[in-house]
Amino acid sequence: MCNSADDIRKAKGEWIQSREKMRDRDFVFETVSSLPVNDLYTPEDIENLDYIKDLGMPGQYPYTRGVQGNMYRGRLWTMRQFAGFATAKESNERYKYLLTKGQTGLSVAFDMPTIMGYDSDHPRAFGEVGRVGVAIDSLQDMETLFDGIPLDKVSTSMTINAPASILWCMYIAAGEKQGVPLEKLTGTIQNDILKEYIAQKSWIFPPLPSMRLITDIFAYASRHVPKWNTVSISGYHIREAGSTAVQELTFTLADGFAYVEAGIAAGLNVDDFAPRLSFFFNAHIDFFEEIAKYRAARRIWAKRMKEKYGAKDPRSRMLRFHTQTAGCSLTAQQPENNIVRTAYEALAAVLGGTQSLHTNSMDEVLALPTEKSVQIALRTQQILAYETGVPNVIDPLAGSYFVEALTNKMEEEAEKYFAEIERRGGVLAAIDQNFFQQEIADAAYHFQRTVDSKKRIMVGVNEFVNEDEKQDIEILKIDPQVEKDQVARVQKLRSERDNIRVRENMDALRKAAQGTENVIPYILGCVRAYATEGEIVQLFREVFGEYREKPIF
Amino acid sequence: MARKIRVLVAKPGLDGHDRGARVIARGLRDAGMEVVYTGLHQTPEQIVEAAIQEDVDVVGLSILSGAHLTLFPRVYDLLRENNAEDIMIIGGGTVPDDDIVTLKANGWAKEIFTPGATLDSIVEWINTNVKIN
Repeated sequence: MCNSADDIRKAKGEWIQSREKMRDRDFVFETVSSLPVNDLYTPEDIENLDYIKDLGMPGQYPYTRGVQGNMYRGRLWTMRQFAGFATAKESNERYKYLLTKGQTGLSVAFDMPTIMGYDSDHPRAFGEVGRVGVAIDSLQDMETLFDGIPLDKVSTSMTINAPASILWCMYIAAGEKQGVPLEKLTGTIQNDILKEYIAQKSWIFPPLPSMRLITDIFAYASRHVPKWNTVSISGYHIREAGSTAVQELTFTLADGFAYVEAGIAAGLNVDDFAPRLSFFFNAHIDFFEEIAKYRAARRIWAKRMKEKYGAKDPRSRMLRFHTQTAGCSLTAQQPENNIVRTAYEALAAVLGGTQSLHTNSMDEVLALPTEKSVQIALRTQQILAYETGVPNVIDPLAGSYFVEALTNKMEEEAEKYFAEIERRGGVLAAIDQNFFQQEIADAAYHFQRTVDSKKRIMVGVNEFVNEDEKQDIEILKIDPQVEKDQVARVQKLRSERDNIRVRENMDALRKAAQGTENVIPYILGCVRAYATEGEIVQLFREVFGEYREKPIF
Repeated sequence: MARKIRVLVAKPGLDGHDRGARVIARGLRDAGMEVVYTGLHQTPEQIVEAAIQEDVDVVGLSILSGAHLTLFPRVYDLLRENNAEDIMIIGGGTVPDDDIVTLKANGWAKEIFTPGATLDSIVEWINTNVKIN
């Protein structure tokens, strides 16, 4: 540098003096997470930044600048739109439509009965079949879902958690039917039960047996399905539940470390499963805070994996992540504005070095998206990728006084939370104490208050409101016939399949679940025999018990 | 002095989207109401049982799963079957305009609050429309 630290200090002092006379707008200058930011950042704010140690080169430890050496010059991020509704047949048509439009990976949304482990004809599924995603009851539905889509050519992400092991086995079995060997299957199961207890609340079994199912998946995948991402450790839902950016970052990484510890405790070598751990973050509306969050996440993960868990494989130290733009930042009012919000959020995700991206459709705050709005969302990514020039340069905001200072701040705040979680006895203990849940509830309430009091402006909601606004965008509705058809389908399956074969496989699974053997081969046996998801979950409920939370607010 | 308005904030259905329900529960409590929150995954039967046991004036259903046209009528019918039709039903969540018209026209819900409604507006609506003695 040509200037000495003294020169800069002096210049800054003079600027502060002249600035004091200037009046600022009546506004609270802080991030969407209520993190205060200065009006100016200078070299003083990153005086202690050690380039090699803290940033390094792209594709090199500690990966602050990105996990690949050439980032988007090598391969663009995967444009992966989350979709699924009604029956397997209708979702299959939507997937084929998306693939013809240039989408490069599939992402399956399941309906609530599937997520909670109920077959479509269970009384608790009444009214919810096929509503927020696709209904999958058995291997038969999974075969239909991917009919005509070669599973060795596409990568598939499945948003499924408590019953992830079962849906994953159905996917493997559907691949077998297509003649695709296990080692060629690529994709991700979310399989992140810890964030379910913390935020998303789609739990079924208690934490300990749930963690066992996850480590069984780790072990099976490392031997047989080596290209599969076995868990997508998710901050997305933590953020959507109302957390701050720092809470999203910290709670997600803490969950990640808890899975690493569980894998090690189950006797696995860290480098046998850690390379297949991936992450899933939110891209909220506060632009720089998000970019700093992703950069800090990579650095924290790399350091702890190396220093605390002794990971030697570079891939174990690389934090790879999917991003989805923030559903909770969208507004039901003037929904077209959501296109603009989503575009800014997508830009932050790409500047933060994401590996794949879902951009929300403008109407998702109202209902499932229509084809037109899904296309606009995908085009938003394509414009970013091919027109803006943003992907040309790797980690272009590195060296920004503000972005580096904010990245450091994120890391510091995360360390404070890690210490608190440790003090409480770890992630599972902190869940039991409702620690995460209460922190998020407090942040959500605080945020709502700042919106209600107009301390924070949401365009079209509490300012710039169109009086007498009417919803005039098309809404996708699910025909009630979908549920009736799906109920008939699963009941027909149960009457037509080889029920003796089902019972034999279920008995074997029960024994494995009661013991300590890896349950995955036994689940595979059940799904190949067309046992339903609900039947297998019920068996696990009987062996493992059910989780109950203490409702707090 | 008048007694406090008693509200049951209920989360029917299988989804876990409880951010809205919990923010509303806390907002109503801060506004001086007595609030009971059911927690997640409640069936209409469980909700109605809780409403009667807790002797509430109003039940607020938070629904983000799209199942509102199934769940509101079910709670409505069960309240009537249990001679508890004096308990008012309101709701919140992602409910399209057309469905709000249907829900109100059939009496299944007195009012529906959609994303963007302020806590203050909900508190004011309840204070104006819930009569207690």
